Amino acid sequence: MINLYINGLKVTVEEGTTLLEAARFLGFPIPTLCYLDGLKPYGACRLCVVEIGEGEKSRLVSSCTYPVEEGLKVRTASSRVIKARKMVLELLLASCPQSKTIQDLASAYGVKQQRFKQEFEDCILCGLCVRMCEEQMMAKAIGFRGRGENRTVGTPFDIRSEECRLCGGCIYVCPTCQLRCTYTEPEKAICGSCANLSPPCLEKEKFDDMMCYMAPCVACEIKKDDERNKSSIEKGG
Amino acid sequence: MERLKSIADLRSMQSLIVGSKKNVPTIVISAGTCGQASGANDLIRITKRELLAKNLTDRIQLRITGCHGFCEMEPSVLIEPRGTFYPKVGMKEMVEIIDAVARDQVIENLLFVDPETERPIEKMAELPFYKKQVRTLLSRNEKVDPIRIYDYIENQGYSALIKALENTPKWVINEVISSGLRGRGGAGFPTGIKWQMLAEQPNGRGKFIVCNADEGDPGAYMDRSLLEGNPHSIIEGMLIGAYATGANEGFIYVRNEYPLAIKHLVIALRQARELGLLGKDILGTGFSFDIHLVRGAGAFVCGEETALMKSIEGKVGEPRQRPPYPVQKGIYGKPTLINNVETWANIPEIISKGAKEFAKVGTKNNAGTKIFSLVGKVKWTGLVEVPMGMRINEIVYDIGGGPRGKAEIKAVQTGGPSGGCIPKERFDLPIDYDSLTEAGSIMGSGGMIVMDENTCMVDVAKYFMNFLKDESCGKCFTCRKGTQRMYEILDDISKGKATLAELELLEELAEVVKDTTMCGLGQTAPNPVLSTLRYFRDEYREHINNKKCPAGVCKELITYAINENCTGCGLCIKNCPSGAITGKKRERHFIDQTKCIKCGVCRSICKFDAVVVK
Repeated sequence: MINLYINGLKVTVEEGTTLLEAARFLGFPIPTLCYLDGLKPYGACRLCVVEIGEGEKSRLVSSCTYPVEEGLKVRTASSRVIKARKMVLELLLASCPQSKTIQDLASAYGVKQQRFKQEFEDCILCGLCVRMCEEQMMAKAIGFRGRGENRTVGTPFDIRSEECRLCGGCIYVCPTCQLRCTYTEPEKAICGSCANLSPPCLEKEKFDDMMCYMAPCVACEIKKDDERNKSSIEKGG
Repeated sequence: MERLKSIADLRSMQSLIVGSKKNVPTIVISAGTCGQASGANDLIRITKRELLAKNLTDRIQLRITGCHGFCEMEPSVLIEPRGTFYPKVGMKEMVEIIDAVARDQVIENLLFVDPETERPIEKMAELPFYKKQVRTLLSRNEKVDPIRIYDYIENQGYSALIKALENTPKWVINEVISSGLRGRGGAGFPTGIKWQMLAEQPNGRGKFIVCNADEGDPGAYMDRSLLEGNPHSIIEGMLIGAYATGANEGFIYVRNEYPLAIKHLVIALRQARELGLLGKDILGTGFSFDIHLVRGAGAFVCGEETALMKSIEGKVGEPRQRPPYPVQKGIYGKPTLINNVETWANIPEIISKGAKEFAKVGTKNNAGTKIFSLVGKVKWTGLVEVPMGMRINEIVYDIGGGPRGKAEIKAVQTGGPSGGCIPKERFDLPIDYDSLTEAGSIMGSGGMIVMDENTCMVDVAKYFMNFLKDESCGKCFTCRKGTQRMYEILDDISKGKATLAELELLEELAEVVKDTTMCGLGQTAPNPVLSTLRYFRDEYREHINNKKCPAGVCKELITYAINENCTGCGLCIKNCPSGAITGKKRERHFIDQTKCIKCGVCRSICKFDAVVVK
C-alpha cells in the first residue's frame, strides 16, 4: 500500500493505481476526455493534469498515466491546474465547437469564449477509438498516421480494412462525433475512423435481425422509403 | 584481421603499430561531410595522383580524416608535424602545397591571414579560431583516419578499455561519477549516477545501452562530426559503459540523413568485431557485448529518449510518461541506458586520463569541455570545443571573430528549437547548464546560432515554431494544437495583423503548453517564444503597434526603396524577377511598389548600398 497526500488529505491506496483512479475513488473530480474505464490510459487530452510536488519543483502531470508514489503531494484543483485546464478547454473549443461533451466541460469550468481563430476540425485525436478497436474489439483496424499537424486517425491506405468487423465501437466511444454520424457521405465524416464503413443495413440483404450501431443514422429507413417509392412507381406504372 | 585473444595481444599490437610509424611529413585532408561538400574529394584525388606521379609515396604520407572544425575555411589542409594550416585550398594550390611539403617549405601567400594584423599565420594552433579552444575530443579527429582502426589504436585507442577491463565495474562507475561528467544531450543529468542506476538493476533479463545520435536541431552538427571523424571512440565509450553496467547489447540510433556517419560506423563496427573487440568473450575476459546500428527515419521527436526506444522497437516514435524511467523499463521492457554521442566520446578520455584530470577542465558543477556548432552571422563558423564556463563573449567575438558584416551582433540562440535567445547584454554569461537555464534558454546538444541586427526576433520565433508544429508527434493535445496556435499568432504578428491582446494570449498559451505537455519537446517548445518575449518585447510591440519590422525581415511590413547613392548602373533592373525597377542609365532608379514582391535580390546585389529597407 502506498501513502500519499491528495489535496492535503493523507490517503492510502494500492500500489499501481494511477493518480486519477485514486483521486476519483476518493471523490475528487478530475475531468477527462481521452480516459475510459477498461481502456489503457493514454494521456493525450491533458485535461486531467494535476500538480505534484512542492515549491519550485512542483509540476503538472497527467493524472491518468502517473502512478501513485510514496509521500507524493498532489493537488487536483490548484490555481495552476485550473488555469491550464481552462486554456486546454479554450483550445478544444477553438477546434471542435460542436461537441456536446466539450461544451459541457467548458461551461463547468466557466470558459465562456475562446480567443483563437475558429476551426471546425471535430477530431481531437484523443485515441479512444484506436484503443477501443485494439484493446476491446481485438481488431486493430484503425490507428494513428502522420505526426504533428498531419496526424489523423484512419485505416491503412484509407481503404476499408479487412480487420474491421463493423462493430461500431469506435463511434460509440468518440467524445466529439457521437451525435453527428453523416450516413453515406463519408467525405463529411468526422474523425475519419468511420469514413470507410457503410451502414450494415445497406450492405446486408436482410437486416431485420441485426443490431444497428449507427443509432441516429436512419439509412435503413431511407432504404425502405426508396423501396416503397420504387414499388409504388412500378404499381402505378 | 586476426582476432585478439587477450589484453596482452592488444598491447603488443599497439606497440607494433607505434613502432612501425614512419617519421615523414603527413598531409592531412579534412573530409567530413562539410569538407567533401566544399571539394575535399578533389583534393584527395589530386594528392594521390601527384604523390604517385612524383614518386613521393615514401617521403610524404596522406591521411584522410573527419572534420577539423573550421567549416568556414573548408576544404582545409593540415601539414604534420609542422602544424601548417592551409585554408580554402583549390586543386592548383594543392599541387603547390605538395611540392612545398616535399621541400619542407611553407607557401606564405596561401596561409590564413589574420584580419587584424593582416599578417599570415602558419600554425593551426595559433589561429584566432583555434587559440582559445580546448580541443580534447575534436583534436582526435585530425589524428585518426575514421575507416582505419589501426590509426585509432596507434593514438592510444582502446587503451581506456584495457584500463577499465583491468579494474572492477564499480571502479569504472566511481571514476565516471567523480569526473562530474553530465549528459551532453541537453538536460545535463550526471552520467555516472545514471550508470549506477542501471548497474543496480537486476541482471536476469538483460540490459541495453543506447547511443543517441538522432541529432535534429537546425544548425547543429557536433554529433555528426564525432561519428564521422572518430567512430571508434564512441564504440570504446560504449564498451566501457557496457562493462561497467553489465549491459550485453547496445544500439546506436543514428539518423538516416547522416550517410557518411553511417558508412564510417558500419566499417568501424565490422573492424571492431573482426579484431574481437566486439562480440563474445572480448579480449579473453569473458565479457560479451555487441552493438547494433539502428537508422532513424528522421523524426525530430525520436531524439526524446522514450520515443527513441519505441522507434528502436519498430513502433511509432511517440514519447510516453516517465516514470517508469528507461533505466527501470526501457527497450522491450528491459532496463536501458541512453547517452548522447558526445557523452560516450568523453568516456575513454575520463578513463585513460583519470577522473581528477578530467574534472580540472571546466567549472565546479560543469566539468569537461563542450562542443558547440557556432553558426549564423559570425565571421568564422564551425565546430568549437571550449571548457564549460567560458563566456559567450569569448566564443562569439574571440573564436568566432565577431560580426560577419557591418551589422552588430544582437543575440545568440542556443539549444536548437527547444532553446532560447540570449541578448547581447547578457553575453558575459558563463556557458554551463545552470546559467543557461536561468537565462531562459538551455544548453541543448550545443547549437549556437549568432544573430545580428538584420535578424527579426519575431521571425526567429516563427521559424522555430513552424519547425516544432511539424515535428511534434501530435499525441499531447496541448503540444500539437498549442504549437499550431502559437505559430498562427506569430504569423499574424509578422504580418502586422495582430493586436496587443493576441500578444497576451500568446504568452498565456506558451506558459500553459510548457506546463501541460508530457515530454521534453513539448515542455521546451514555447522557449523560443518566451525567451524572445523576455528580452525583445519591444520588437514584438513595434510589429503590433507601428506595423514595422525593425530588422527589415517581415515581408508584409517592409518596403524597398532606392536612395541617392544609386549610380544608375542598371544591375538591379536586370536582376529584378518581377520587373518592378525602372530608370534611365546613369540616373537614379525607382521601384514600383505595386509590382515589387520584396524578394530582396536588388538589395543583395547593389554595389553602392543604394537599396534600403523601410
